[in-house]
Amino acid sequence: MTSTITEIPAPPRRFRQQAIAPWLFLLPGLLFFAVYVIVPIFQSFQISFFEWNGLDRPDGSSTALYVGLENYRDLYTDPDFWTSLKNNAIWLVLYLLAIPGGLLIALFLNQTVTGIRLYKSLFFFPFVISQVVVGLVFTWFYDPTFGMINEVLGVVGLGPVNILGDTRYATYGIIAAGLWPQTAYCMILYLTGLNAVDPEQVEAGRLDGAKGARMLWYVVLPQLRPATFIAFVVTIIGALRSFDLISIMTDGGPGFYSTSVLAFYMWDVALSEFGFRMGYGSAIAVVLFMIMMVYIAFFLWKMYRDEKGV
Amino acid sequence: MRSIFTTGAAALSAATLLSGAAFADGHAALSGDLVIFSDMSNPAPRAVMEGMVERFGAMHPDLSIELTIIDREAYKTQIRNFLQANPPDVANWYAGNRMLPYVEAGLFTDISDLWEEGGLTEALASTQASMTIGDGIYGVPYTYYQWGVYYREDIFAELGLEAPTTWEEEISNCQAIIDSGRACYTIGTKFLWTAGGWFDYVNMRTNGYDFHMALTNGEIAWTDDRVRATFANWQQLIDMGAFLDNHQTYSWQEALPFMVNGEAAAYLMGNFAVAPLREAGLSDDQLGFYQFPQIDASVEMAEDAPTDTFHIPSGATNVDAARAFLLFVTSADNQTLINGGDGLGQLPVNAASSVDDDEFLNAGFEMLSQNSPGGIAQFFDRDAPAEMAQVAMQGFQTFMVDPSSLDTVLDRLEQARQRFY
Repeated sequence: MTSTITEIPAPPRRFRQQAIAPWLFLLPGLLFFAVYVIVPIFQSFQISFFEWNGLDRPDGSSTALYVGLENYRDLYTDPDFWTSLKNNAIWLVLYLLAIPGGLLIALFLNQTVTGIRLYKSLFFFPFVISQVVVGLVFTWFYDPTFGMINEVLGVVGLGPVNILGDTRYATYGIIAAGLWPQTAYCMILYLTGLNAVDPEQVEAGRLDGAKGARMLWYVVLPQLRPATFIAFVVTIIGALRSFDLISIMTDGGPGFYSTSVLAFYMWDVALSEFGFRMGYGSAIAVVLFMIMMVYIAFFLWKMYRDEKGV
Repeated sequence: MRSIFTTGAAALSAATLLSGAAFADGHAALSGDLVIFSDMSNPAPRAVMEGMVERFGAMHPDLSIELTIIDREAYKTQIRNFLQANPPDVANWYAGNRMLPYVEAGLFTDISDLWEEGGLTEALASTQASMTIGDGIYGVPYTYYQWGVYYREDIFAELGLEAPTTWEEEISNCQAIIDSGRACYTIGTKFLWTAGGWFDYVNMRTNGYDFHMALTNGEIAWTDDRVRATFANWQQLIDMGAFLDNHQTYSWQEALPFMVNGEAAAYLMGNFAVAPLREAGLSDDQLGFYQFPQIDASVEMAEDAPTDTFHIPSGATNVDAARAFLLFVTSADNQTLINGGDGLGQLPVNAASSVDDDEFLNAGFEMLSQNSPGGIAQFFDRDAPAEMAQVAMQGFQTFMVDPSSLDTVLDRLEQARQRFY
């Protein structure tokens, strides 16, 4: 009698524990994620319909003025927005060079030679140092008067060039600086991937007469697919959120935002020293979010498909 | 050591108390907390700020003062948050239109009565206009400094040149300097505002102070022919190669070595450039100062002299202490002390203060008090509203790099004017 009383409620309690425990563990993370990520996203959507300088009256009443889609209409006719969007596209395309670059270096470093660890560390080094430092170093490198690049160009008889001061080259100059650490990042992803390459498959391929490029393409690369996928994702996201290098190297200039990207433009109109256009900045943020959303959706879909496949 | 310092501070504060008593019929005993947020983060200004707090604290032993010094650049964005969320009793900021957004949002207290009662309207007459918006006065200045041309006297002497007073002399001087293989002016426009200084001066010399103020207030179209005249004058210098090459790549500090090395002969700058130039090794024999030359003889000379200020946020809790602190800051003795060569090395705002005996401060003081009948402007990015300043200064930089872009630039500025005012 007593035993049945104690035994019967037991299964539901264990069931409940299993249902609740993960949520308890997730709760702090979810809470932070909601407060610092999800809610601000919706706030940005909301603020983008207002004209607001970010200042409320001391009594707390808002000075925001509802303007509907006005900010988005302004964006459409704003040449600086289109410059930023165009630069974002250039970043997206050129930043992908980090993937083959990283693969190449990884293949090169994936051999057993004395001191290879040192070489690996040296190649990985740029990823460890701060983007701000990378920006400063490249700014000195590009300096039109004292910089090394013009010394080198001078030796081969090419005229001095002011990379960061010329609207035609500045964006490419910054992307080149950004590729340095990003390539190192992709390299480390591929080095890890190469460790997992099955030697038996390589051996089998070799017996079938595959070598060099064919071996790489048909035997090694398919096995590196997870690494390629991650490299692709981090590079795309890195390109879209590029901000610090631009701020350090050109401050968005020269001239009217010629090296700006959406993230920088948003910060500059809404949060910088002279930025008082919160609504407009939010509208830019919403556009950037929508673009990111394409990749995030793709990423989630791919993850879901792969998980299901397993 | 410590005791010497405190006695010194006590003696000073007693003197300030006496002079203060003349207009404030004795200080009521202040108590509670006084919270001060300051952007005086560079070493010298920081020491000045801490010194002021210490001396004020010695005068009011019952008052506990909490001073927070925030990096000057970070302060510019943080002020928006703390004025609303966590207002101090006293906060640093700048005069002119730079305080307009906060005044309009009601975040700064109107202290015109303090100016009346405290006798500031007489003592600080020269800067009252820059602190006034509408009928209210929204803060007190604590320092200001002249702008003008700092030049290499030795290079001028070598080429047999005199400091120019007219535009013709300016052009012929400049030609001689260029012929000697140097740039006439060093400048770094990466952060844009230095180009704003050039626009201020060329425009104030071409069209005068009133026009300049109307333009920065959005009352005049940027496509106006008078604005074009300003740019035409400016372009004369650009076309002849007066400015340092690749200036768009450099900050104002990065442009200094060109002048120190003798690759450029002069720098249009605020007085704060003197200290780094001296530290870089230029002696006072090598370094000179002249007022920006006249362009049109019928236009009265006007100058840029940016004013740094203290304000009482409307959310302040200890208003009595904040008001007393503002009176203390602007008092003649304190002004003499903090603006001296050991402190800020700038000009005191109180008419009864004395100017530190420094070649450049004397030159600046004389220029501002006797030779700027046109008026005293703040600076482009303080006279124009923030959003307009941003676009306009980008336009100035674009124009300086490529003068043929003038029409595009003026159209952009005119569109911006119609949007922002």
